[in-house]
Amino acid sequence: MLEHYLSLFVKSVFVENILLAFFLGMCSFLAVSKKVETSVGLGMAVIFVMTITTPANWFVRTYLLKEGALSWISPMFANVDLDFLGFVSYIAVIAAMVQLVEMVLDRYSPKLYTALGIFLPLIAVNCAILGASLFMVERNYNFGESVVFGVGSGIGWALAIIAMSAIRHKLRYSNIPAGLRGLGITMLMTGLMSMAFMIFSGIQL
Amino acid sequence: MADQTVAAPAKKKEGLFSKKNMKVLTNPLSDNNPITFQVLGICSSLAVTVQMKTALVMALAVTAVVAFSNVIISMLRKYIPSKIRIIVELAVIATLVILVDQMLKAYLFNISKQLSVFVGLIITNCIIMGRAEAFALQNSPWPSFLDGVGNGLGYGWILMTVATVREILGSGSFLGFKIVPQALYNAGYENMGLMLLAPGAFIILGLLVWVQRTITKTVHE
Repeated sequence: MLEHYLSLFVKSVFVENILLAFFLGMCSFLAVSKKVETSVGLGMAVIFVMTITTPANWFVRTYLLKEGALSWISPMFANVDLDFLGFVSYIAVIAAMVQLVEMVLDRYSPKLYTALGIFLPLIAVNCAILGASLFMVERNYNFGESVVFGVGSGIGWALAIIAMSAIRHKLRYSNIPAGLRGLGITMLMTGLMSMAFMIFSGIQL
Repeated sequence: MADQTVAAPAKKKEGLFSKKNMKVLTNPLSDNNPITFQVLGICSSLAVTVQMKTALVMALAVTAVVAFSNVIISMLRKYIPSKIRIIVELAVIATLVILVDQMLKAYLFNISKQLSVFVGLIITNCIIMGRAEAFALQNSPWPSFLDGVGNGLGYGWILMTVATVREILGSGSFLGFKIVPQALYNAGYENMGLMLLAPGAFIILGLLVWVQRTITKTVHE
């Protein structure tokens, strides 16, 4: 049992890194990876939010949306299938959760709030967060798996953006052809990083 | 950039397509391309470029969503309180994406299976949010519609260029038809497996950006 979770964790952090293998969260990855400190901040915020939203969306799907999910209210709802409302519900849950996390942090941990504060609103529209929820739905994870997958994907994303910002920091001192500066070189570097991460594929625990 | 020359002359007669409106439509195709210049919407796009077919469907879906979300948000722009505008925009976009998803499931089931989660991820495609925020909230519905179509096409042609390269080099086919002759394979040619994997997409897009920025002579940072 534990092995299964461990293997899922390693898979979501390294083997199927949500950014380097599924291209999710590229926009904020490219926009924010200029400085190491800000990337660490955003990375932490993503781990935090993903850990909360993936299981939250699991609850929404299992107890509200899936076919027969409403039967806990009364048996007459057993045939109701609300899966088509999925996208709207998941994005609403994510937006609400981000808002909630922001308020809780502001109240109880002002220090963390000032560190993550500016990044939290950005996260509501980060594709990686919604992507993690949608993968959770598509792969039919159970509750435990969805928690592990949420944490793992978050860590994987944070790892990628922090590594990238460190590389970009070094790149500042190199002489890059004019047209390749900015987006071009970053994409090429991401390609190389993604290639490096491919060495993890095939690892089974 | 071929799209630009095709799109422009056909629509010049009507007053609706004044010079200013045409600029709104054609600008995103090259000078202000959402992917290569505004650096938006890369998120959900690269994964669907292994094949031309999925890239084409994705491009159409995004164009439809961005155009109609721009129209709807532009019509509502005087009624949306600015504090909750993000939630309102997300609701409009998510509704449109559900429509697209249901339509794909009904008429193009196989492709919708291949696109899997990436149809849903159109919701968080930054182009759509970005256009709603930057254009539709300040402009009337018709220019917003053109802006949406323009950005959708600008996104589409990049997507399809990447897909063309990846499909030809990676599987030796185009739109599913074999185009690399068998004789070449017999002579020892092999498909480039890397193109089918994630790094291929990153590298092709990086090179594409390089070429485009060298042509238009834009320098960033």
